[in-house]
Amino acid sequence: MSALALPVSLRPQASASGARERALARATAAQHRRRPAGVILAAAIMGLVLLAAFAPQLLTAADPIAADLLAANQPPSAAHLAGTDYLGRDVFCRIVYGARYSLVIGLTATAISVLAGLLLGLAAGISPRWADSLISRAVDVLASFPSILLALVVIAVAGPGLVNLIAALGLSGIPGYARVVRAQTLQVVRSGYVEQARALGLSRPRLIAAHVLPNALGVVPVLATIGLGGAISGAAALSFIGLGPQPPTPEWGAILAESRNYLRVAWWTGILPGAALTATVIASTVLGRAWQARYERRQP
Amino acid sequence: MTAVISYPALSSEEVVAPLAGLSQSAPSPAGDDPAPSESNQPAKAASAASRPSTRGWPRLLRRGFARLAQAAFMIWAAASLTFAAVQLAPGETIDTLLGVNANDPVMRAQVIQDWGLDHPVAVQYLLYFWRLAHGDLGVSYVEHRPVAALLADVFPATAELTLWAFAIAVVLAVVLAVATSGGSRLGRALSQAVELAVVSAPPFWIGMLLLAVFSFRLGWFPVAGTSGWRAVALPALAIGWPIGCYLAQVLREGLDRALEQPFALTARARGLRLRDVKLRHGLRHAALPALTMSGLTVGNLLGGAVICETVFGRAGLGQLALHAINAKDIPVILAAGLLSAAVFVAVTTAVDLAYLAVDPRLRGAGTWQEAKA
Repeated sequence: MSALALPVSLRPQASASGARERALARATAAQHRRRPAGVILAAAIMGLVLLAAFAPQLLTAADPIAADLLAANQPPSAAHLAGTDYLGRDVFCRIVYGARYSLVIGLTATAISVLAGLLLGLAAGISPRWADSLISRAVDVLASFPSILLALVVIAVAGPGLVNLIAALGLSGIPGYARVVRAQTLQVVRSGYVEQARALGLSRPRLIAAHVLPNALGVVPVLATIGLGGAISGAAALSFIGLGPQPPTPEWGAILAESRNYLRVAWWTGILPGAALTATVIASTVLGRAWQARYERRQP
Repeated sequence: MTAVISYPALSSEEVVAPLAGLSQSAPSPAGDDPAPSESNQPAKAASAASRPSTRGWPRLLRRGFARLAQAAFMIWAAASLTFAAVQLAPGETIDTLLGVNANDPVMRAQVIQDWGLDHPVAVQYLLYFWRLAHGDLGVSYVEHRPVAALLADVFPATAELTLWAFAIAVVLAVVLAVATSGGSRLGRALSQAVELAVVSAPPFWIGMLLLAVFSFRLGWFPVAGTSGWRAVALPALAIGWPIGCYLAQVLREGLDRALEQPFALTARARGLRLRDVKLRHGLRHAALPALTMSGLTVGNLLGGAVICETVFGRAGLGQLALHAINAKDIPVILAAGLLSAAVFVAVTTAVDLAYLAVDPRLRGAGTWQEAKA
């Protein structure tokens, strides 16, 4: 569809005065200046999470599972940075070791969502109208289940466990990616250069591989970075209600679930795991948004 | 949306997509969905403009019916999906349905009769819908009660929780957006940072923090329970807070856009204060996208309720579903999933219909199609 179809009233307002342009320029400049601080912090947090996931022994010398009942429910001290839990395990150490579970679950679930969403969105975008409607409606149906409840249904039917948790999370993430990829693909398919390539006699598979795919894909890693936070948070929520890795696994949601019962006597066990979780989600969102801003600036 | 379980991402794509969804109402029986051919678009726009609103109402009705047909389709498909889930589950269907009672011969016979398992799959499918159409959601083989009765027992508590959470979210969103839109850069940056942090924090953790401070430390609210406003306050806050911050982002974007419009300048020139322009004129414009987004937060509200009911020991859909999972009580899980999907479809449909009623621009021919192009 051409830009001509856009009613005049709906076109972006042409700036009437210079004031708005100046404000815009100021905002862009401010963005350029402001971006590094937040993004660097986010990257640092992500780096820390990655370090914790791959080399936890560099950050803590303790054992995440070793219980010491004589040292149970101790407040934070020099020996135990975040205190100890009801079994006398070092909370900080458990958080460090938990990073691996949260990150792996989040990454694989996101990978499943992205891959399936990509295939569905691309198929919908390049298919004839009836197939497009079919796929789009199927995606809509999937999206109509609240993701936690969809995950509950999947886990109930398939049984609890790490693999099914990942599958359930991955499934509930599909609609978001499928919709965006479909919209992008449609835009690309209707663009001038694809029409030109078609006029030049490119075969359909080559056209898709050489032009449609690379141009429709651009936004996906950006979205996946933002979506990673959601997947990690969702994994923690499902672990929290006991559907994730079972104790004594130091997964963040599972740590929080255990600390829920000891809030009155040992509130500190509930602070740091949640803070780590929130910080990771924020970091992936900030990084994704910064990437998105850069990506959108590159677009005409 | 990317917003699967939490909702940190907010791109313009997401805000626009739900609006676009309205225009591509699925198998439009009236056939007023114009084919996406480039040539007839400007012509159509022109003819629509020259022929103003005389045909508005029939179109509105047609669109309304198309939207309802789409909702009915969604519920049918969701129900089919739950049926398929049982059929596709690993192992024998009957064992899946019976869960812990798989070795009880009496119950085996009952399940075979209830679900028509001695018939072919197609008959089972028809039987399933026959029962659904009569409001029969099956029997819990663990609780030995009809699932519909179990759901009816707990749903009011979850509905109360989600409604309070939503009310908190709306108030918070309006206050935040009005206070920080078009204002100082510092205030906005601060508010955005707080919003990002709150949106990113899992509701169950916020709930735990609230519990630790207000229930255990200060003793203002009960630690667990379902009755009374005190019992609902903290969980509603835990769920409503992040959603409010999320909606505030949408609403502020809309307010900012409204304030850039000429009418805002005119209102200012008439001597209205900025706050009054926002409240009287801006909010009305900003409300439309925010309305769509708030319809889409139903899933987050229900999901948040499921988790937060665990934190606060509240009876409700979440507790029921969780017990059912631990007992492998499949009919209950399926019904809980189906019920929440139905609520989601009902709310989003109601929001879209409200749109048609509120925004006259949508009554014209394919307005959104053109806007989308």
